[in-house]
Amino acid sequence: MALHFELVTPEKLVRSESVYMVVVPGSEGDFGVLEGHAPFMSTVRDGEIQVFSSATAAPESIPVVGGFAEVNEKGLTVLAEKAG
Amino acid sequence: MASLKELKGRIASVKSTQKITKAKQMVAAAKLRKAQAAAEAARPYAQRLEGVVASLASKVTVSESSPKILAGTGKDDVQLLVVANGDKGLAGAFNANIVKAAIQKARELIAAGKTVQFYLVGRKGRAVINRTFPGKIIGQFDTTEVRTPGFTEAQAIAKEISDLFFAGKFDVATLFFSTFKSALAQIPTEQQLIPVLVPANTGPSNAAVEYEPDEETILADLLPRNISIQLFKALLENQASEQGASMSAMDNATRNAGELINKLTIQYNRSRQAAITTELIEIIAGAEAL
Repeated sequence: MALHFELVTPEKLVRSESVYMVVVPGSEGDFGVLEGHAPFMSTVRDGEIQVFSSATAAPESIPVVGGFAEVNEKGLTVLAEKAG
Repeated sequence: MASLKELKGRIASVKSTQKITKAKQMVAAAKLRKAQAAAEAARPYAQRLEGVVASLASKVTVSESSPKILAGTGKDDVQLLVVANGDKGLAGAFNANIVKAAIQKARELIAAGKTVQFYLVGRKGRAVINRTFPGKIIGQFDTTEVRTPGFTEAQAIAKEISDLFFAGKFDVATLFFSTFKSALAQIPTEQQLIPVLVPANTGPSNAAVEYEPDEETILADLLPRNISIQLFKALLENQASEQGASMSAMDNATRNAGELINKLTIQYNRSRQAAITTELIEIIAGAEAL
């Protein structure tokens, strides 16, 4: 009952953790990813990723610049040029 | 035989050389740890991006309309060799090995009737390549001003190379750098940059993936980024390799200097003893004569 979320920049692996939900600023609109999301790929516009560690927790915002998000059976991977 | 004074001078000079090489070795060891950590930290991104590009590229059929970076120009007549070197010497055969690999490849290509051109990153190796293939360097990127080349530099290099590509200056670009394996082993590596090599299908991922925007747009956005990342990875690998090579070269130099000092010291002591003996003999002979 958790989504595996990874945030990677060229410099390092910023996050690799299990979370409840992540809201990603896609280039054609924000989208939320929960566990079991259908395979999906999108470019990411400059903005903030919101990480919900549990259903009730307040979101944590991580600013990202220039990126790309991929959702597959293993979870969500966000490749950003800059983060944090 | 050298006089005592000369020997003393030589011992002193070798000793000061040893001090320098030892200091350089310790500096390289400290820098190596940092460079190695950076190179390892960059690997996840490069790997994931490669995976994404591979899975995307396997879904898009290469045709006339697909991005030029993926499809290439349809020719391989003009080859660009991108040689990434360091800026400093005192790193053993580090720079020489990369240049050697590039020159060998250039010879092969020329023998096959292709035109070869060079794009150089870093200060070292410029002279050798310019001498071997005069007038073939169409561009270079100076990293002497930057302490540690990072992603910004990689992006700048990628932009210059892509600009050259879109200006029709070359058909195929190959990158030469040194892969860091350990402090003792650095492997000169060549890697094709443009057109992007599509790896063989990476297994079954037949799931219907949804794309936003469409595949082509994502791919067009991703491919230039992939070039920057590959260059960035190469720069980091190079830095780690350079420090590794420097460390082992300086370790060797320090050890050699130590051996030389020992040898010279023995020689010095022998000569000193010989001088004393001669002096004694003279005195004894003089005393006997009386």
